[in-house]
Amino acid sequence: MTALIAALLIGALLGFVLWALSAPFRGRGSAVQPGDSDVRRALESAKGSKYSEIRDNETDYRTGKLSDEDYRALDRQLRAEAVEILRAIDELDTSNPAPSD
Amino acid sequence: MAFAGRVALVLALAVCAYGITAALYGGRKGRRDWVDSGRRSVYCLAAILTVAMVILEIAFIRNDFSYNTVANTSSTTTPLLYRAAAMWSSQEGSLLLWVWLLSVWASVATFITRNRLRDIVPYATSVLLGFGAFFTTLLVFFDSPFAQTHPAPVQGAGLDPLLRNPSMLIHPPMLYSGYTFFTIPFAFAVGALVVRRVDADWIRVTRRFALASWLFLGIGIVLGARWSYYELGWGGYWGWDPVENAALMPWLISTAFLHSVMIQEKRGMLKIWNASLVLAASTLAIVGTFLVRSGVLNSIHAFGASTLGIPFVALIAAMTGGSIYLVVSRREVLRSEHALDSLFSREAAFLLNNVVLVGLCFVVFWGTFFPLISKAVTGTSAAVGPPWFDRYTVPLALILVLLSGIGPAIAWRRATLANARRNFRLPLAAAALMVVAAYTVVPISSSIGVVALFSAAAFVCASVSQEFWRGWRARRATSNDSPPVALASMVRRNRRRYGGYIVHIGIAVLFVGVAASSTFQHEQTLSLRVGQSTRVGAYTMKYMRATGSVVTDPNHTGATMTLGAVLRVTRGGHYVGTLRPGAGYYPAAQIVPGLVVASLISGDAVDQIGLQSSWRRDLWAAIKPLGATLPANGTQLPEERLVNLADGTISPKLPATQQLQTAFVELGLIVAHYVKFPPAASFTLIASPLVMWIWIGGLIVFLGGLTAIWPAPSALRSRLRARYLARVAQELGRA
Amino acid sequence: MTPPRKRQVRLVVSLTLAVLLASGLIYTSFSAASPALTPSQLLRQGKAGTDIQLTGTVVSHSVVDRSGGAVDFELADRTGGGPAVEVDYSGSVPPTFEAGRELIVTGELKGRTFVAQPSSMVTKCPSKYSAAPSTT
Repeated sequence: MTALIAALLIGALLGFVLWALSAPFRGRGSAVQPGDSDVRRALESAKGSKYSEIRDNETDYRTGKLSDEDYRALDRQLRAEAVEILRAIDELDTSNPAPSD
Repeated sequence: MAFAGRVALVLALAVCAYGITAALYGGRKGRRDWVDSGRRSVYCLAAILTVAMVILEIAFIRNDFSYNTVANTSSTTTPLLYRAAAMWSSQEGSLLLWVWLLSVWASVATFITRNRLRDIVPYATSVLLGFGAFFTTLLVFFDSPFAQTHPAPVQGAGLDPLLRNPSMLIHPPMLYSGYTFFTIPFAFAVGALVVRRVDADWIRVTRRFALASWLFLGIGIVLGARWSYYELGWGGYWGWDPVENAALMPWLISTAFLHSVMIQEKRGMLKIWNASLVLAASTLAIVGTFLVRSGVLNSIHAFGASTLGIPFVALIAAMTGGSIYLVVSRREVLRSEHALDSLFSREAAFLLNNVVLVGLCFVVFWGTFFPLISKAVTGTSAAVGPPWFDRYTVPLALILVLLSGIGPAIAWRRATLANARRNFRLPLAAAALMVVAAYTVVPISSSIGVVALFSAAAFVCASVSQEFWRGWRARRATSNDSPPVALASMVRRNRRRYGGYIVHIGIAVLFVGVAASSTFQHEQTLSLRVGQSTRVGAYTMKYMRATGSVVTDPNHTGATMTLGAVLRVTRGGHYVGTLRPGAGYYPAAQIVPGLVVASLISGDAVDQIGLQSSWRRDLWAAIKPLGATLPANGTQLPEERLVNLADGTISPKLPATQQLQTAFVELGLIVAHYVKFPPAASFTLIASPLVMWIWIGGLIVFLGGLTAIWPAPSALRSRLRARYLARVAQELGRA
Repeated sequence: MTPPRKRQVRLVVSLTLAVLLASGLIYTSFSAASPALTPSQLLRQGKAGTDIQLTGTVVSHSVVDRSGGAVDFELADRTGGGPAVEVDYSGSVPPTFEAGRELIVTGELKGRTFVAQPSSMVTKCPSKYSAAPSTT
């Protein structure tokens, strides 16, 4: 009885592994380069972290860890970088309307 | 079924080999489908190893002694929960646990990065599967958990009673989670260096994993210290034993990484440091795993020589060599974007932090491996003891605590005198106040080290509180939230920062407990008769009466007999508490016919510590009711100490169950006699201040770490995004 | 001083400092360390008057309780069959102490007896990590 269960278990494991890993052999799945959706996702995440940086910068300033001029200079720079990211996202949207995530 | 387990392990090894090939091929050729197949191998590995774990656990729960590992570590008399835990008390079982945890974390990491870091993922996947291949090779070819003996023995050796406590359930899986989790930042660091991409995205992903590893390992270390204090009979929580140090070293290095990576994020500096730190932390984690099982060093853990020493050394050499090669060959990518502007800046403080932590790690490393080093250099193996460790780690730890108060408050780039005044006035005042208190109110002035640490801790608490206060005030100024909501949303919006600050407070509290309890502890080991008392520090402990019981052990851990004492503790004549230390005696592995009573109690004995904890101090007591010697191999009958009865009243000719019954009755009589006419017992008594603060500090560190690692809610993110989008768009319109 | 030069100077200074401190540490470790010996090594080459870390297995039938919680026993090499050393020990005794147990104890050699420092005994954890199955 246990021998039968063991044999079934082994069979199931083997089958699962073969099914899960054989996609490239069966010609399934994309062989193409990272598509635009990946680029967009990377830009979105870059935008999110840029906003975190802007906020963090402001917190540092308000808690006395940045001088006035350092804060303003850094804030300007970070916002400029954020604008660049937004522009890149816009460009992507106009050239090929991306499907909603 | 064991055959199925063996097949599963071989399949796991094959899947690792395939996955490495597929991921590397896909990575080199830019073929997504092959990379995805490699990533799916990680999920398959986790599935297969889960099946193997389940098969093994079922064998333990069902007491299938045909499995060698079950027979060696479990028995029918071991309680169910501990039977399940016995799985990882052996080498082969613990290796399986290790690689299973690795596969689970690797699956989580693979899932999280399914749409990110596309160029790094193929290499990271190969590295993770490479670790998997290493451990499954050990399991398949060197030490299989599915090895069997036929015919199966009737009874197993049983789980050692020292390991039958709740901490044993948690300690190895928690520590292993910490160790295994380090492979993930390692894999992503290697991948990033291979493709020469060490940017913000890499930082974000690696840091999360490093924080998780840090948290797990930290919990494991604190739990280990707690177990040592509560269960082992020496009353200490840290002995600079190699296995303790093995877990501490990667933790120190990853602490350095978590801080230093902030500088890379903000200013593009310290990149070489960060790459080296994350690679070193992971390598030290593997070194730690190796130390615990190799027998290479004299330690409470190492037990005998293991055949796995050489493969592990090879792995560590490969990791070290590979890491050095990658960092050196990619040093162009790791060039700093900015230089240090001033030595009085946040950047400099973090750099000093790195140096101190690496220094601490070096001290611990040197002391731990010294027996091997001295053997190589002088021919004789020599060991350094705790005093040597303390001499160097204590001042470094003090600097570290100070830095943890300076860091949150110091300015970026260049700290001017003006903002130094603004930021450090309050913390310095707190430190000064503590020094004054030390010489007037708090009785610690006899030790300058403790005074220094207490004032450093006050410094940290004031500095961190100041940060919370200022951040909260700033939040209230820009939003309409009510005070408590403002505090919560402030922390929520910047979990890493405020979680980190909470960790700093936790560390300060923990060190306060360590400093006080190690410097002002009073300890005594002596023998007492009933009615005698002794002074331990400011406390008087009196041996009131003896206690004893048979079989119904209150801790439900299977002790046949428990002998104990009731100690009444007073201070200045006032009753303070009662301690009830005891010793649990377990049966030997085999019941020897004809010496049944002795066999019932001649197995390992376990201390049941009598403990009373309070905010101010711990009162700790351990007892050896029968003196230091325990009867072993039936050579010295315990009842010869108690009564002059030989075990000969139980005839070996009687059936086994009747022998056992009679033996229990006899044991009951012996215990009753012990309670009525107790001999002098040997006690170890300790009064130690502020021990509880160590555990509280550990808990605060844990909560801080949890806060830091908690992912930000997406709803909040999109709300903020919308608001900022509007603002940035506004300026876009204006520009 | 130009910034790159300043950086170079800082690097050299800190590295020198690090090397000096490390050397100090390394030097003191050799003088602060106590030799780690087995009983047979101790009897062969042990010097009186220095702290020694002794590792071995407690010999069966050799354990004798003395008053005040002290205990005397004999320690032999883990591999067995070698000469045994008489050990005088006082202080806290771990609960796992018994004949046949492997342990580490620190102390001094006085004549042919090893006098241990109080409470310096560490018994080895019973968790079995050896490849060969063993029963304790």
